[in-house]
Amino acid sequence: MLLEDKVAWITGGGNGIGRATALRFAREGARVVISDLDEQGLEAAAQEITAAEGQVEVVVGSVTERSDVQRIVDAALAKFGRLEILINNAGVNRDALVTRVKDGEVRLMSDEHWELVVNVNLKGTWLCSQLAAVPMIAQKYGRIVNTSSIGALGNIGQANYAASKAGVIGLTKTLALEWARYNIAVNCVAPGATKTSMTAGIPEKLLEGLLGKIPFQRLGEAEEIAAAHAFLASDQASYITGQVLFVDGGISVGV
Amino acid sequence: MSETTMESKAFSPTPSPGRELAGKVAIVTGGSRGIGQAIALDLACNGAHIAINYRRSAAEASKVIQQAEGIGVRGLAVQADVASFENAQGMVEAVVAELGGLHILVNNAGINRDSVIWKMTEEQWDEVIAVDLKGTFNYIRAAAPIFKEQGSGKIVNVTSINGLRGKFGQSNYTAAKGGVIALTKTIARELGRFNVNVNAIAPGLIETDMVKEAPEKVRELALSEIVLGRLGTPEEVAWVVTFLCSERARHITGEIITVDGGQYL
Repeated sequence: MLLEDKVAWITGGGNGIGRATALRFAREGARVVISDLDEQGLEAAAQEITAAEGQVEVVVGSVTERSDVQRIVDAALAKFGRLEILINNAGVNRDALVTRVKDGEVRLMSDEHWELVVNVNLKGTWLCSQLAAVPMIAQKYGRIVNTSSIGALGNIGQANYAASKAGVIGLTKTLALEWARYNIAVNCVAPGATKTSMTAGIPEKLLEGLLGKIPFQRLGEAEEIAAAHAFLASDQASYITGQVLFVDGGISVGV
Repeated sequence: MSETTMESKAFSPTPSPGRELAGKVAIVTGGSRGIGQAIALDLACNGAHIAINYRRSAAEASKVIQQAEGIGVRGLAVQADVASFENAQGMVEAVVAELGGLHILVNNAGINRDSVIWKMTEEQWDEVIAVDLKGTFNYIRAAAPIFKEQGSGKIVNVTSINGLRGKFGQSNYTAAKGGVIALTKTIARELGRFNVNVNAIAPGLIETDMVKEAPEKVRELALSEIVLGRLGTPEEVAWVVTFLCSERARHITGEIITVDGGQYL
């Protein structure tokens, strides 16, 4: 198995891609810690993992709160004694135009929507990486996989999301440089349009236009992102660091 | 390029090899030595039948085929110059006839003829472009109708970080490798609708026989750039190719994956 005996923490593990990743990791032999704000999602994910004969520790907590993040790291170490892999998956979107002009009136994206998205997606990745790196440095071994997005390349209605996800790329490369000396690889997966609750609300017409731009002419599956997480977290990728891997059916090619 | 025969040494397959490529047939150009040999053997370790070409050294090639057969898959060595369009067509036909199909194409064959631009000869330019760039086209051109017809296929092109960043003394090589990157993206678009994954890997300096014989200065310069602080092994490059050829990477296309220990960051 690809991740035999590794201890992996997946943020946002209660739903969508994070949940698929946690299950995949358990099937590949990892012992997993899943954190999320959604307690019900976590419980359901934990049941799936247990049913697959995996070992799982569940912690409710926010990736944006230092004390919560420390508590999750401590829980991982208390339960499993090590922490080798961190998957920074937790993310949110609050789509809106920066300025929306309607009936001669200009509406503005709110500070709250900007701050929430940048906090969870970018600060959360920074904070979880920072605190998870402490035991990784002591072990002289670590694998961190962050989650960017094709949104990082710019997308109308996603200024906050795009800025946060482009920030994740800069953060990934800097952490790769800073932590290579401790044998910690830091890479990033950038999903394209993937079938999750985040894309479930896309109107039919928009979806058709979107599919036309994807060389593979279909949305990605959460399981396909999970497979990329598993690859980059494994020793199959032992000579890869600081990289951004788009898993998007080719939509970003030429963009 | 050195003509020394690779000493037979233990090959380390993908961590956790499986049978995920069982029954697939793969062509690996330049598969008789170096990175290509590691790619061919790793695909074999994961169940694929392999075909490699060779230009002159039949002995080297047949040694790789014997290793593959030892792993329990079928192997085929074909004499073919990758720069020859006819040879590429002929090899693809031979592989389909002998091994029963074609599912994976790894364009690995490459040469370098380094020189600063003010000393570079026309022959140096033409030779590198013919093998590294046109050779890649030749095999894609020969395999594409098969992949299109069967509605599936995996193409992995081996480029170089120098094709992304440029490199002093390598105008011919970097132009060819940069061309391979653009070719990868275009073919990804053209074959996407037929469910063909087309990707490239861009290795940094890898511990091959060719590099072992390079001047110490070359190694030292590279090591000063590589954040992981060591050269990569051919196997570490091969494992990434195996991933790209597997169903685990089925939604990845048009990507250039750098395998360089952070050499070009």
